[in-house]
Formats: sequence, structure tokens, C-alpha cells
Amino acid sequence: MCLAVPHTLVEITGPNTAIGRAGTIEVEIRTDLIENASLGDRVLVHAGFAIERLQPEEASEIDALWEEIRALSGTVQHD
Amino acid sequence: MIDLPRERVLAAASALRSLVDRPLKFMEVCGTHTVSIYRSGLRALFPEGLSLISGPGCPVCVTAQEEIDSLLRLSERKDIIIATYGDMLRVPGSSTSLAEARAHGASVRVVLSAAEALQLARETPDREVVFAGVGFETTAPATAAVLLQASREKVRNFAVLNLHKTVPAVLEVLAADSELSLDGFLLPGHVSTILGLRPYGPLPEKYGLPCVVAGFEPDQIMAGITLLVLQKRRGISGVQSAYPEAVRPTGNRKAKRLLETVFEEADSIWRGLGQIPRSGLKFKAAFSAYDARVRFGISDLPAREPAGCRCGDVLAGRIQPFGCPLFANRCTPETPVGPCMVSSEGSCSAAYRYGRGDRL
Repeated sequence: MCLAVPHTLVEITGPNTAIGRAGTIEVEIRTDLIENASLGDRVLVHAGFAIERLQPEEASEIDALWEEIRALSGTVQHD
Repeated sequence: MIDLPRERVLAAASALRSLVDRPLKFMEVCGTHTVSIYRSGLRALFPEGLSLISGPGCPVCVTAQEEIDSLLRLSERKDIIIATYGDMLRVPGSSTSLAEARAHGASVRVVLSAAEALQLARETPDREVVFAGVGFETTAPATAAVLLQASREKVRNFAVLNLHKTVPAVLEVLAADSELSLDGFLLPGHVSTILGLRPYGPLPEKYGLPCVVAGFEPDQIMAGITLLVLQKRRGISGVQSAYPEAVRPTGNRKAKRLLETVFEEADSIWRGLGQIPRSGLKFKAAFSAYDARVRFGISDLPAREPAGCRCGDVLAGRIQPFGCPLFANRCTPETPVGPCMVSSEGSCSAAYRYGRGDRL
């Protein structure tokens, strides 16, 4: 139920509406819940509403975690 | 550098084998996590001692029987069209379900968003449209936005049967459950998108429990579990996010403002867990005209849960789906006895569809 799918905003159609594209599918979505929805924004859409703008620059924190995991995985002796 | 999700999952599984040296029991709180974990078979990769149990993360499942019955009573009225997310359709009430009621003539429409329900009200001015407002913090802001719009546009034939529930308070109840004896929570991704991290503060602060927000892909879930185990290993507890692209520490302020405009905190009844203080939302007085319970003069009446159904125990983490005698026996997705087998996010449905080799 809390599934949310990333969409890219390809058209702003009103103060609280936009067209979002996911893959080849375009749907009307509501943008009431995010500030200043703009063309090209990548947003998470849940139940027809954009609930957040995705922030790709934050992913570097996770890259560091994966480096740590990789280092830890190397410490295990495999059969 | 590890790039492929599959390689990441396997690396995390290997890291977990080196890290887990004592029994650890975590709970995943989100139904979407539950489905992803069963579907990807992650449990099969866990080292001995590490267990992950499902919690009350399916909104339809935790909706109390008396709330389902209220919705069904409203559907009996000829002047009302029920607008609902599809997951509610087959949930058994005390005597029937919305799907059965519809087969007997009730007007029930499936909508994909609260906005569609309001649109339906505009298109059918001679009928009352009641939207079944079910869901956690991820979904409730949409209900709030649509309610404000209905109020602004003076749509008088629209009302909401408010079934919304909120997550942090129920986690405190589970954290305090000594029989359950959890070691930490894998926190829901998209509830946290709205809430941010601060509302979970009491879980580490009062109960010493590590908490990590995770995304929904198998590698994101494994990253979250690894962070939980690392907190345990290091003897620390805090709220961390392994899903920073979607979760700001402060959450979505605009969505939270909308929630605060329309709703206030309230006690709520959860299937399997009973009444929990501050675990629900009620309309502020200014919006009571849109409250279906007020407009149609109904209140939730005591209700009986289906005989033999142990959804409540599944939701509270007391048993796993396979522990229910009805599971895959009398209760299947085709003939569901309880909501956990109905909803696509219910633990029993996920276990039935994906988890047969995964008995716990």
C-alpha cells in the first residue's frame, strides 16, 4: 500500500497537477505535497500524489555503506 | 565497487554471516518491505540466528473489524457511493465484504487516488460519495489535500470515512513487548519520506532499539539489515536512513503541514493490538462536515473477527503466517478468511504467494 514509483515530471498542467512519466507510461499526478514542482523533477508517486522529490546527490552516503559491506564480506571464509 | 543489485545482495549476505554471532530478531514494519522480502527470498540468505519478522505494516490489515463494518454499513445506503482503494474490496467484515455488497447492488467504485474519489463526487452530484480513507502517513496527506480541495470548491456531496493510522506509537507498543523481545526495527521507507527520522527517536532513546529506514529493492533492504546488525555489534542505537534519496531527516514538511491542517492525533484501534493512544488521526472540528461518521450518524460498533483467524497475532509479530492453522488450508488468496490474506501487502498473502520454501 505504501508502494511509490519514481516518475519524471514532463508537463506542469496546473498549480497542483502535472504529467509524470515512468518508463513509457504518462499519468496525471497531483503535486500538492511537494514544494515548487518543476519540469524534469524526479518524484516518488504514491496513490496518485507525488510525495517527495528524489535526491540523487544523497546516494554517496550509501556508496560508503556498500564499500563497508564489501570490506566485511571479504572477511568471510567461503567453503 | 559493487554495482549490480544482485552482487550487492550477495555481498551483504556474506557480510551478515561475518557479523551475526548471536540471535538477533528484527521487525520489518512496512507491508511493501514484507512483499519484497518474500518475493526475493532474502531470508534464505540470512545467517543462522538472524530473523526478520513482519509487523503491522499493511494498512488494510490493521484496520479494525469494527471500522470495516462501518464502511459496509455505509455501503448499504442507496444514496451513497463508496470510493475505495482496491485492496479494501475483498476484506471480510463481520458478515460480508465490499465486493459481495457490490454484487448485491451496493455502489462501490475502486479509485487509484483520493483525487479520483473527489472527481467522482463532482460527476455524481445527486449521490453522496464516501471515500474510504485508509493508509498510514504516506497516504493520509493525499486525503488531507483532497479534503481541503473539497472544502475550497464547496463540494458538498463528498465525505471521508477516516480509517487512517500512524506508525510511531504502534512501534513503541511493540518495542515495549517483552515477549516479542525485538532487537530493532527496519523502518518503512515511504512513511518516513513524510515523517522524517525524528518521530522514531523514542525507540532508541527509551527502548535502546536500533532503527534503520530502508528502500524497497532487495539490495536496499539488505543494506538496511546490515546497518541494524552493525548498530547491535557496536552497542549503539539510533535512527539511521539507508534510503537518503527519498527520506530527508526532517521529512516532507509540506505534507506534514497539510496533515496538521486537517487532522489531529487520536487514539485508534488496531486489529490484533487493540486501542493504541496517539496512533490515529481524527478530523479537526473545522472539517467535521466531511467526516462520514458525523454526516451519516454512524459509530464503530463492537465486532467479531473471523472465527479461527489469527491475523491479529500475525500483525503483532506473535506468530508468522505459517503458524496459523488456517494458512493455505481454509485461508488462501482465493478464499481469504482474514485481511492479511486479502491485501496484496498482507503477510499471509506474501507468504502464500512467494514463501512456501521459507517456513520460519
